[in-house]
Parts: sequence; C-alpha cells; structure tokens
Amino acid sequence: MLESSTSGAAKAETLEFEAEAVRYEYERVAALQGLTLRVRAGERIALLGANGSGKSTLLRLMDGLHFACAGALRFRGEALTEEAMQDDGFAMNFRRRVGMVFQNPDVQLFNPTVFDEVAFGPLQLGWPREEILERVHATLQWIGAEHLKDRAPYRLSGGEKKRVAIASVIVLDPDVLLLDEPTAALDPRSQSQVIELLESWNDGRKTIITATHQLEILGEISGRAVVLERGAVVGDATPAEVLANTELLESANLIHSHRHLHGGVPHKHPSPYLRHEHHKH
Amino acid sequence: MSAGVIAKTVRGFSGALGRTLVSENSAHERGLLQALDPRVKLVGMLALVVTAALARKLPVMGALFGLGVALALGSRLSLWSLAKRVWLVAFAFTAMIAAPALFLTPGETAYTLGGVAITAQGVRSALLLIARVEAAVTLSTLLVLTTPWMHLLKALRTLMVPVEVIAMLAMTHRYVVLLTETANAMFEARQSRMVGRLNGREQRRLMVNTGGVLLSKTLEMGNEVFLAMQARGFRGEVRLLTEFRLRGWDYVAMSGFAAAVVAAALAGR
Repeated sequence: MLESSTSGAAKAETLEFEAEAVRYEYERVAALQGLTLRVRAGERIALLGANGSGKSTLLRLMDGLHFACAGALRFRGEALTEEAMQDDGFAMNFRRRVGMVFQNPDVQLFNPTVFDEVAFGPLQLGWPREEILERVHATLQWIGAEHLKDRAPYRLSGGEKKRVAIASVIVLDPDVLLLDEPTAALDPRSQSQVIELLESWNDGRKTIITATHQLEILGEISGRAVVLERGAVVGDATPAEVLANTELLESANLIHSHRHLHGGVPHKHPSPYLRHEHHKH
Repeated sequence: MSAGVIAKTVRGFSGALGRTLVSENSAHERGLLQALDPRVKLVGMLALVVTAALARKLPVMGALFGLGVALALGSRLSLWSLAKRVWLVAFAFTAMIAAPALFLTPGETAYTLGGVAITAQGVRSALLLIARVEAAVTLSTLLVLTTPWMHLLKALRTLMVPVEVIAMLAMTHRYVVLLTETANAMFEARQSRMVGRLNGREQRRLMVNTGGVLLSKTLEMGNEVFLAMQARGFRGEVRLLTEFRLRGWDYVAMSGFAAAVVAAALAGR
C-alpha cells in the first residue's frame, strides 16, 4: 500500500524511486540500459542529457506509463509494474501521488475549456464535486490563469498552455512532480514564470524531477544533477560540480566548444553557458 | 497548379477544423434540443433514426425529415449549413448508390433515357432510399450538433455501453481532431516552402507520401494524448462535472419522441 510522506526529516530518509539496472527498449532500440538511480523524498533533481539520452523515457517509467523490460523500478518500495498498475486501488493512489507534465503541452490539453482541463485529474480520481470546483479555482488563481478558465486550450499561447498543463497536474497536489523540458519552446518571460513556479517548491515538500538540457537554469531548479548518456547515468553530483566538469558535459553532448578564427588563427572557447574565457588576440 | 492544390488542401483542413469548432459551439447554444438531458435526446433521436430506417412509405419519411428540420430551427442551427454539410452530401452519395435501381428494378416504364427504360418502381425504390438516408442522417446530425461530445459519451455509458467502447469513441474523436490539426500544419509548412509548379504525377506522389506520414504522426500524437490522459487517472470511464438530471421539459420531450415514433411506425406499415 502506498503511503504519503510525512515530516521533513522522515521525508529525507524515504526513497521515492529506486531504479536497479533498468532497461527499456523502443522497438528493439535500447532507450535505457542498466540505469541505476535512487531518488529521496523532497529532492529536486535535474535530469540532464542530450536528445535521445533517455530522460523522457525515464520520466515515463517513473510515471507508470511504460514499464521496464529488465531490472526493477520501485516507488516507495512497491514495484512499478504493469500488473501493479492494473490494480485500481494502487493505480489511483499512485496517480494521486505522482504527476507528470509532458514536454508538448498540446498532448496534455484535450478538454473543451481550461477549467475542464484542470478539473480532469480530480474527476478521474473521484473527488467530490464541491472539492473539485474549489480546488480548480484555487489552482488557477495560484498559477495566474483564472482569467483563462473559460477559454479553449487550443487558443492559448505557448506560455499559457504550459501553465495550464502544470495547473492540470498540481491541482492534485502530488508528492512527486515529473517535468519533461518544462521551459522548452517558451519565450524568456514564460520561461521565467515557469522557473519561478519550480522555485516556489524549494521547501522540500515535493520531490521534483526535471528533465532538461538547459544548463543555465540548473542551479535555480535543482539541488542534484544527474547526467544521462545513451540510457545510463554517467554523472550524479551537485549542479556546481556537474557544471564544472566540462569533460563530462562535452561527452554527454550538453555543451560544445565554440570556435572562431582571428586572422586565420583558430581559437577555441568553452560553451557560452559556462564561465567565459577571456583572452587577447 | 501546385500552389493551388496545396493552398486548397490547407483551406480544406482549416475549414474542417473550423467546422469542428462550430459543432462544439452549437452544442452550447440555447436551443430546443440543447436544453434536453443528453440521455433523453440520445434515446429519442436514435428511436427516430431506427423508425426512419424501417419505414416503408415516403410520406412517413418526409414527415420525419420535416420533424428534423423543425428541430433544427428550434435549436438555432443553420439550415443552409445543414444543407451544405449534410443534405447535399448525403444526397450525392445515396443517389450514386440508388441510380442503378432506376434501370434495373422491373416494372412499368415511367421514363426513357437514351433508349434505356426507367421504371416507376425503380424511381420509387431510389426515392425511398434517398428519403430514408436523408431523414436518418439529419436526425443523427442533430444529435451530434446539439450535444457536447463528452456528454454524448457519458449518455452512452448510462445506457450500459461497455467502457471499452466509450474509451475507443473518445480516442477516435480525439484522433480525428488531431489528424485535422496535424494535416493543416503539414500542408501549411509545405505551402510555405513551395516555389514553382508540380505536375500531376508529382502532386499525386505528394498526396500519397503525405497521407502515410500524416497517419503515422497522428497515431503517435494520439498515443501521447492517451498516455497523458492515463497519467491523470483516466481508466476509460467518462466523468464530468455536470450531473445529468431529468427535468419537466425532458419528460415532455420523452412523450413527444414516443408519440412521433409510434405515429410513424403505425403510419409506415
């Protein structure tokens, strides 16, 4: 039986997710290969990796949407398998505890209005009608989208869609949030708004796992950075330590060296995301 | 003509998208059918459709068609829009199917066309088929245009339709909308890169290739949508904030539907 996390100290000791040598294949192509990872309750983790490194796949496995071909993935000690998710009691409890925001918000917005969209999750979990109405209003207000409640999701801007997609998940107040590239394809202001939302959960009450390849926001959204390459963990440290390891970042295709010519003389600099190397020509 | 083909296709898909949106909007208008409980509407309209399908007399089918037109007017639906989207299309397809009956049904010669006899019985058969289809399609379309799709699915569920069927219908509706949106985007992208003309062979190849890619993209997108629904607890049941409740007007409507079905059944024997 899944149990909710309690106090901060107890939270820190609780293992939310435990992946042991997890393997997952898409049509015989290995997306995850022998991945091992432990996530404690209250942690804020950034999953870093280039496109195709397995970040989204790992999030989907953690969200019980796909299931490992080999190895084991556990959520609070319970095996996360297809059989387990077929049990209504387990599945409902799991969906209440874990929420995922997809990379493409259009995939997540399939109701006639924003209000219906945010109400979808609580409806599926069978909450009382009055509680749903109250919670949806409160969530829309908190996220600054109350004025959008009667609008059709397809009429929203990219930033608004992302905020509504996030609202549709946090309305359930899950203990774990999985976010797949939450700032992708957003304008700078919308990106800031999403980052501010993520920062508001810095108190350790939620476990937040964010897949991203935007190194510049790493320190703001996470206290631990896990680097994936070809479906396996190749780095696991604090954001500062990971950002200082240029060799790791280059190997994982997270940065590239910038090259230019000065009068025919090639010069090489590390990625502009990192500390800029000044030199004279 | 290359730009014309693609531009026309883009306009076609945009138009289809627009019509989808209009359908959703018309379901929320303040009209006769929109005011009814979806369950009453579903059972009543389906009963009328079955009656139209089983009727054997033209006046009965004409009356059912006339009832459909009256309901459309009362529900603030545009007759012109219905004519363009439903009646003309249904007539065209049904007429193609019914045409051979004009010549092949044995009986008295009513007309001669190019030396080929058209029998009175053949004309009657063709008219019966066309009238039956027009009446049935009109009533079915009214049901869809005056009921939000999710309400319709929930109404089906209360009629004990299996949850698997409901889930399939929900996803099918979503797939169709996604297909239209994706196709629109693909053709707009193609149009923005088109310079010069395509000959007929190139146009056909373009359409075939696009069709295959479109289907793959839509299936993939549809799967993603289904995963997103599952991630928020969806397990096949349609759940709505709106609770269905029968009111006085629903009981009046039920009586009206029953009376129409009985009258049509008796008159159509």
